[in-house]
Formats: sequence, structure tokens, C-alpha cells
Amino acid sequence: MSERALVGTRKGLLVLQKKGSHWKIIDDFFTGIPVNMVYQDTQNGDWWAALDHGHWGSKLQVSSDEGNSWTEVEAPKYPEGAEVKDGVPAKLNYIWAFANSLSGTDHKLYIGTEPGGLFHRNGSLEDGAHLVQSLWDHPSRKEQWFGGGRDNPGIHSILIDPRNNEHIYIGISCAGVFKSEDGGSTWTHRNKGLNATFLPDPEMEIGHDPHILKFCAAQPDVMWQQNHCGIFRTTNGGELWQEVSQEGGPAFFGFALAVHEENPERAWVAPAQSDEIRVAIDKKLCISRTDDGGKTWTDFRTGLPQEHCYDIVYRHALVSQGNDLLFGTTTGNLFSSADEGESWDVVSNYLPMIYCIEFIE
Amino acid sequence: MAHVKFTQALRRFYPDLKPLHLEGSTIAEIVQGLEDKYPGLKDYIVDEHGQLRKHVNIFIQNSLIKDRTHLQDKITDQDEIYIMQALSGG
Repeated sequence: MSERALVGTRKGLLVLQKKGSHWKIIDDFFTGIPVNMVYQDTQNGDWWAALDHGHWGSKLQVSSDEGNSWTEVEAPKYPEGAEVKDGVPAKLNYIWAFANSLSGTDHKLYIGTEPGGLFHRNGSLEDGAHLVQSLWDHPSRKEQWFGGGRDNPGIHSILIDPRNNEHIYIGISCAGVFKSEDGGSTWTHRNKGLNATFLPDPEMEIGHDPHILKFCAAQPDVMWQQNHCGIFRTTNGGELWQEVSQEGGPAFFGFALAVHEENPERAWVAPAQSDEIRVAIDKKLCISRTDDGGKTWTDFRTGLPQEHCYDIVYRHALVSQGNDLLFGTTTGNLFSSADEGESWDVVSNYLPMIYCIEFIE
Repeated sequence: MAHVKFTQALRRFYPDLKPLHLEGSTIAEIVQGLEDKYPGLKDYIVDEHGQLRKHVNIFIQNSLIKDRTHLQDKITDQDEIYIMQALSGG
């Protein structure tokens, strides 16, 4: 079981280590530079960090020795002629997701970006990132994808079916969920059952806003999404989604979601107050958990601030592994739980804005 | 050869970066000359289409370049070129 984690913040990358039942910060890198995504390649153990230099563009760093040394490799580049819309050249704005192929000889690292391009890198560090042209050329992209919180559509979630590397899901804000069953050669949308109340027709096939998409590793056909318009779950790989938001309770709007690796009935969300306000609900922070596939939710508050709290949790900043959970907030609070999210310890109250957390081996 | 200087901020990523003289008749040629000498540096200055990044400025003498898209501003051997980031944070 992992007892370390990487934390990407507005002012650098932190490494956490679990000591006893508490988590401590044991190292830091890239001080002063926003680290908007972190990832550990599950095949070779490499650490990846996406740096969002305001002035100098998005950069990719990789370490093969657990942070002792870092190498900058070429960031994804949109090819000449690529357009977000007709007449608007596509340029890399933001690196928002990583995932690697899980088995076999074809070792690929996928990278999701704004403005909507999915890239892949082969195993070699010398090789650059290649745009997945089939998705970029999808007939819906120019007309039906659009920006949500960011200026342009962005791919924030990439899931590769552990049973079959050819089955790839992506989550796009705003477009929805797309799936490839042939290693990325063709793509179809998987948005039936979602409800996009901001669209003229809430049941449109494309134009949805999943904030994050995750599956149960042991049963990958069970997937969850914290959506702009509620929480949704599917038990058939996205063929049909069902809303599982909490009627009258806090588990409805938010960004982050964690899913138990083995129990397909269990998930956690970090509720936030409506899309217009975006603070902790009633300025009291909680994490909500379901143990019955979203039929019921319980909000847990022990150890979390219950007054004057403006924190929200970004989409990649709530993670679970076994009984352990970690989450970080927009105001730099970092919390851990060793009892499946029922009570929380403060790791730190003095960090920069937290963008993402990743358990590492 | 034009004399090229840089903001100190770039030395975080290129610690050996020093003012230097480069051949070139346009800013685009100067940027390519920098890439040849410091591989990867070009990506800090321009995007994947060769356009000057939004928050980067290049001066020729005391004047900002005019062509941020193709970097075709002409330069002479006597010119001093300064590459800097836009100021932020007040």
C-alpha cells in the first residue's frame, strides 16, 4: 500500500510520507512555480509534473529517480494548421491529465490538454508527444465542444481499462465523456442519462460538463463523475448514466471525486456551494461518502473547519487508497483521513493553493 | 552581430544563459540562433506556432517589436535586443 503522495500546488511540488497515522511533507521541488498536474507512471515508476509557467508556457518535467533529478521534456505541441475553431489556431494552454497504458509492450503515456487535444508519448523520453488526430478530427469538436471554467474545452480525465489497453475513456469540460474501443482510432460519446441544465436541451448528446471522471479499478464498468449538474454513476461503462446526487443534501455540486479501488458501491465527493458562489457549503467543510452506489450519502466533518470556511477542492485534489484519503483546498489546507473519510487530520494549514494529489508507490 | 540580453528570470531554467552576440537579420532568426545554442529555450519565448508568448516582450534598442506573430522585425548588427517577461503582480 502506498505511503507516499505527490501534491501539486500553485507554488511547487510537495512529497508527502505517511509516518504512523499522520502524513508529513518530506520534500519539495519547483518552488514558486505552479505545478498543476502530477502523476506516477504505473509501468516504470517515473514521476511526471506539469508546470504552468505563466509567462513561459506549460512545461513537462519527469524524474526517474524519485525527484533526485528532473528532466524537462518537450511539452505537447499542436501541429501547424490545428484550429480550436475556424480561424483560431490551437496552442497548448494547459496540461490537465495523465494516464499510462497498463500492460503489454506498447507503453504509452496519454496527456490531456486545453484546448481539447489528447496527446500520447511513447516510452522514450527523447520522443515528443503526438496529437491523437482521430479525436481532434471528431466531427463534434469544433461545433459542440466549448470551454467551461477555462477558455477552451479541456481533457481533465483519462481512464484506461485495466482489462484492455484499447479501451480508453476521456472526460472533457465541456463536451462530456468519450470512449475509444480501438486504442484511440475512433471515438464515440457516452453521455446518455446526463442532465446538462445549462444547455437549451439538457439531454443533448454532447456539451456536458463532467468535472472529473473515475472508475472502480476492480470493476471498471462502474464509473462515477462529479458533474457540473450533479453526481452521476454508470454500471455499464457509460452506456447509461444515472444521477446519484443527494436529495436536499450537500452531495450535489463540486469538482472532486474519489472512488474506492475495489468496492464499486463506495465513493467520496467534496461538496461545494453552487456554481455561482463556489465556497464550502454554509462555509463549513465536509466530505460526503456513499457506501451503496449513491443511494444514500453521509457527510463527515470531524476535524474539518465548520465556520468561516471558503475552501473548495479542485477536481484532482481528492484521492483515496484503501482506508487512506487525502484532499487539499484552494486556500492551502491539506487534510488526511485514515478511517475511510470519517475523520480528518490537518497535514498543513499553510500551503499554497492545491491543484492535485497523487498517491505514489 | 546583434547583442542579445535576457531577463534574469530565464536563468532559473538556463543557468548558463549569458548575453551573447548572434547573427541574424530578423528577430525570428535570432530566436532560432538562441535555440541552436540553448536547446529548448525557443519554447520559452514563442509558442508552437512561432508566435511570441503573450507575456513575453522583445525590445530592439528601446522599442518593442511590432510583429509578434512572425517575428519579422528587422535588426542590424548594431542593435541591442532585450528579451523579457511582462511584469505581473503590481
